[in-house]
Amino acid sequence: MIELGKKVYGWFDDRLKLTRLHEHTAGHPIPGNSASWFYVFGSATLLCFIIQVVTGSMLAFSYVPSAKEAYSTLQFLTFEAPLGWYLRAIHYWGSNIMCAMMLIHMTQVYLFGAYKYPRELTWVTGVFLLLCTLGAAFTGQVMRFDEDAYWGLGIGAAIAGRTPVFGNEVVTLMLGGPIIASETLGRFFSLHVFVIPGAIIALVSIHLRLVLLKGINEYPKPGRVVRKETYDREYDEIIKRTGIPFFPNGIGKDLIFSAFTIVLILACAAIFGPKGPLGPAEPTEIDTLPRPDFYFLWIFAVAALMPVWLEDFGLLVAPVLGILFLIALPFFNGTGEKSWRRRPVAVLSVILIWLSLGLFTWLGYTSPWSPVMNAWTGDPIPEEFLKGRTPLELQGAVVLQNKQCRNCHAIGGIGGHRGPDLSDVGARLNRDQLIRQVIQGGGNMPAYGKNLSPAEVDALAAYMVSLRPEGIKPARDSTHPAIPPKVTKEKKEEHAAVPADSEADRS
Amino acid sequence: MNPSSPSEETKPCACEGSGAPEPAKKSRRDFLFHIGMGLNVLAGALISVPILGYLLGVLVNKTPLKPVSLGKVENFPEGTTRLASYENPYHRDVDGPTAHIPCWVRRIQGNDFQVFAINCTHLGCPVRWFEEAKLFMCPCHGGAFYQDGRHASGPPPRGLYTYEIQVINGELFIMAGILPTLASEGHHDKV
Repeated sequence: MIELGKKVYGWFDDRLKLTRLHEHTAGHPIPGNSASWFYVFGSATLLCFIIQVVTGSMLAFSYVPSAKEAYSTLQFLTFEAPLGWYLRAIHYWGSNIMCAMMLIHMTQVYLFGAYKYPRELTWVTGVFLLLCTLGAAFTGQVMRFDEDAYWGLGIGAAIAGRTPVFGNEVVTLMLGGPIIASETLGRFFSLHVFVIPGAIIALVSIHLRLVLLKGINEYPKPGRVVRKETYDREYDEIIKRTGIPFFPNGIGKDLIFSAFTIVLILACAAIFGPKGPLGPAEPTEIDTLPRPDFYFLWIFAVAALMPVWLEDFGLLVAPVLGILFLIALPFFNGTGEKSWRRRPVAVLSVILIWLSLGLFTWLGYTSPWSPVMNAWTGDPIPEEFLKGRTPLELQGAVVLQNKQCRNCHAIGGIGGHRGPDLSDVGARLNRDQLIRQVIQGGGNMPAYGKNLSPAEVDALAAYMVSLRPEGIKPARDSTHPAIPPKVTKEKKEEHAAVPADSEADRS
Repeated sequence: MNPSSPSEETKPCACEGSGAPEPAKKSRRDFLFHIGMGLNVLAGALISVPILGYLLGVLVNKTPLKPVSLGKVENFPEGTTRLASYENPYHRDVDGPTAHIPCWVRRIQGNDFQVFAINCTHLGCPVRWFEEAKLFMCPCHGGAFYQDGRHASGPPPRGLYTYEIQVINGELFIMAGILPTLASEGHHDKV
């Protein structure tokens, strides 16, 4: 029996040259200490990609890439097709985890100096793989073709429209016409399903070919410096001394981590389910809060927080510069120390980038700069900010609520956070300053002068002056010093703080 | 890698069998190679014409704006701002719900109208009208606009995009058909 098996294998080996193929590919020698837990993220990213291809192919059984049909096929996949919801969930979580694995892989490669001589091209193809993966993620969220997808396309078009000179042409090419329509979805479908996966397969082939040609990076040792003249010889020696075949001796940890990755995707998909679809891509339903998927929330946040004069640069030029920098990295920093223990700037940059990405993602998630559209009807003023107020002040509270101030201003932490919380505004601004701010606006607040009657302004100002912590006197303007204590026999401090020329200010 | 291995093996065998290649034969092979390459460059150029032509065709077929009705002027009481919608004049059946485009109609008085695009001038999100505050607010990055479309606060670089309007026989028409962006300003009045 064993003899027969050997004969059959021998026949196939003779025809397919399997043994030789193995020696040149999976069996290639790697440095013994590179079979490390740090080196498992690249294979995990590839595994995620394979899962995406398989699940994506199946989702395409039912998906119809037309603006008219896409949403209803999403509904069918989610609610009717057997296990359709779970396949969608695996595809969604697979993409999240693919992005995460890729970024961890990239960070590890950077910290371990693996991009340095002679692996520059491996890094460069990796940068293009990063771009393709982000492209797949962006086009993928359009596939849901729900409200977020529609307005996400609008945001994409608005960014493209900032291109100097050719803005119109870029927008038209992106949308496949002058407006978001079925042509737009068709384009993104083609990119998501044919072009980008094809490019990823081609790039992964080059990436892996380069890994075979130049070998897996040895586990860096502090003090062992890369020199172009000597590195290849040193690496050969390492392989001779400690080399083990990747398969089967070096692959154990990759296999364990791969299984973990699959279970992680399956578990996330089962626990959290697929994303959306939200409401249909019905542009006339404008009661919507467009948000990008998780991976682009940080860009969404940066777009809100950038100063206006920086926007065109930040949206159009900075990404290109960033990508060029990544591509150029191994060419201007291709030799020298590999170990992160001797590269403090590298470690600090990684910490800074991850912290920034995390912080901006969190900000994008909470988006405090967005007015809360229904705060004026949904968030009543907390009781303690109404107790013991005079009728005029209470009238002011009504004005504050009705004029939709709460969409941007919180009281007691409830409401919008676009503008400052008003809980203690009476201790910060005096009556004049409050009136001026309301009427003239400024500092990112619109002017309400045409929209409020004098009586409403009076009431509003009186209420806001009363908004201050217990025992704190109203704010005073330093140019109008308080009347010396001896003179104030009446205890109407609030009125004392109001100078007589306030009427002049208002007009 | 599999298909390449047998060819590597067969090539040297063929050479050995025929002995050293004669110079005349070599120059003929060179000639055929160059002809072949030349023909393929030509064919490549030929095939790129329809491909690029199809891809860039959308740029050539520029659709001019078309007048679209928003309904009778009576639907818009004086001194109010209301949401209206129209059908993209170039829509096809497959466009489904995306053919319906919303816009904000402000009737000041009589035939004096302003029609604003729904898209915020910052990054294109749909702005919402707040009647009490007399402001348009954007849900994305906090842009705000006054009732006449002027920029009020936040990151937008300009006021709301407006449509060109016409009132014919008591019916309100706008010139529509493109998604307004900062690049298409030529099609839209600057506020």
